[in-house]
Amino acid sequence: MIRIVGVRKRFGDREVLKGIDLDIPRGSNLVILGGSGMGKSVLMKHIIGLLQPDEGQIIVDGEDISRMSPLQLKRVRGKFGMVFQNGALFDSMSNWDNVAFPLREHRRDLKGAALDERVRHLFQLFSLDPDVVGPRAPSEISGGQRKRVALARAVALDPAIVLYDEPTTGLDPITTDQVDEMILDAKRKLGVTSIVISHDIASAFKIADHIIFIYDGQIVVRGLKHEMLTSTHPFVQRFFATWTAKNV
Amino acid sequence: MAAVGQGPLAFVQGAGELAVFVGRTFAWMPRRPFRWAQLFRHLRDIGFGSLFIVVLTGFFTGLVFGFQTLQGFRRFGAEALVGPATLLTLSRELGPVLTGLMVAGRSGSGMATELGTMRVTEQIDALSTLAVEPMQYLVVPRVLAATLMMPLLTAIFTGFGFYGCYLIGVGREGIDPGVFFFETWQAADPDDFYEGWIKGAFFGAQISLISSWQGFRASGGARGVGEAATRAVVLSSVSILVGTYLLAELLDPLIHGYIWFDALPK
Repeated sequence: MIRIVGVRKRFGDREVLKGIDLDIPRGSNLVILGGSGMGKSVLMKHIIGLLQPDEGQIIVDGEDISRMSPLQLKRVRGKFGMVFQNGALFDSMSNWDNVAFPLREHRRDLKGAALDERVRHLFQLFSLDPDVVGPRAPSEISGGQRKRVALARAVALDPAIVLYDEPTTGLDPITTDQVDEMILDAKRKLGVTSIVISHDIASAFKIADHIIFIYDGQIVVRGLKHEMLTSTHPFVQRFFATWTAKNV
Repeated sequence: MAAVGQGPLAFVQGAGELAVFVGRTFAWMPRRPFRWAQLFRHLRDIGFGSLFIVVLTGFFTGLVFGFQTLQGFRRFGAEALVGPATLLTLSRELGPVLTGLMVAGRSGSGMATELGTMRVTEQIDALSTLAVEPMQYLVVPRVLAATLMMPLLTAIFTGFGFYGCYLIGVGREGIDPGVFFFETWQAADPDDFYEGWIKGAFFGAQISLISSWQGFRASGGARGVGEAATRAVVLSSVSILVGTYLLAELLDPLIHGYIWFDALPK
């Protein structure tokens, strides 16, 4: 269970989060929608402890992570995996080493053939050929492949909570569908909690147990497809009207 | 009025940030796991990577220092003292300072660029999300490697500098090699070398800490990374030049025994 209580964050003169209250039950899929620069990524970075709120609390499984020391945070982060918007793959390593990195760091029991087998499995899980993509550098593969390598790295340690910052942006429809299915499978089979920032509304409606819409640092709509499409908030109406017009 | 106060305020803020960064680095240094692979990578990058430029600058510094010193010493008929004068200067001051400036230009800018790129592409955040502490994984090995390699590079600089002086004194001016080495041997004091190596270690720590800090606080894409690299070199260079005076005041009495000597009962 993740509980966000009254979180506010300011960068210089600009208040990016203006009092966010949110409960995310264990094993559910939350999708965060909203326009660019509205505070979605900032909220996500608070949830994993990369940013600390100016006010408010982030409570993960009963522990307030917003005031934790780096050492305490390191322990809590074992529960999380995160897929960054642009992958954030380590460019000093090959794709293979990127995926193997969390396993080498935290699964010291996995060595040699067992480690190789696990990494191969992760590559194949995201339709990547480990023999072709693995030895290359992140800069030598396409944007979509980079995103899939980042996904493989994020789930390598079977985290209980996975955060996705636009996981399907730049992916082809087939891979997008695979990622959606993977998020649903992770919930169904492993009870994984997924928090997804997305601009892909079709994916959002498919995978979400809850959707929140953030506008100007505040949650302006909560619910599911019906609540989103019937919202009276002008920006939300425009957001979905544009999407509906494009998809009819 | 506000504009007048901004400069000092930014300086104090920057100094505070750097102090916190240094504190965090030393707090993570003794914690497990030790990053041996990272340490060896940076030992190689800083040490082997800077070797050529250190040898080159050391050699030519020795050549020109020997040449100019000879012009002065000739007026007093003290040409034979060019060896000890050069060795003393190289080992205590020019060696660590010029080696530091070379390493700041080469490795310091490299550290700020690499870490700055990792910052703006969220790779440092990615490390954190994988429950790996970036200070421990990225900064500690760089600081240890620079601190360990700088004394060695200083010694190499001094060695090649002295060889350059030998070529000028013995090869060009015709000083007898026996006299040249005898005078040097008579005046050489191991404490002079220790002072240079200790300074080198301090400069290595300064360069790596300042450059890593600049990399970590980079923002705003390629331009921000470029600015971080520039600031890393400028701040490291200034800190070396300021630091060498402060260290000279500090180390001279410590190493050359004056404090201990004075403290002894008379």
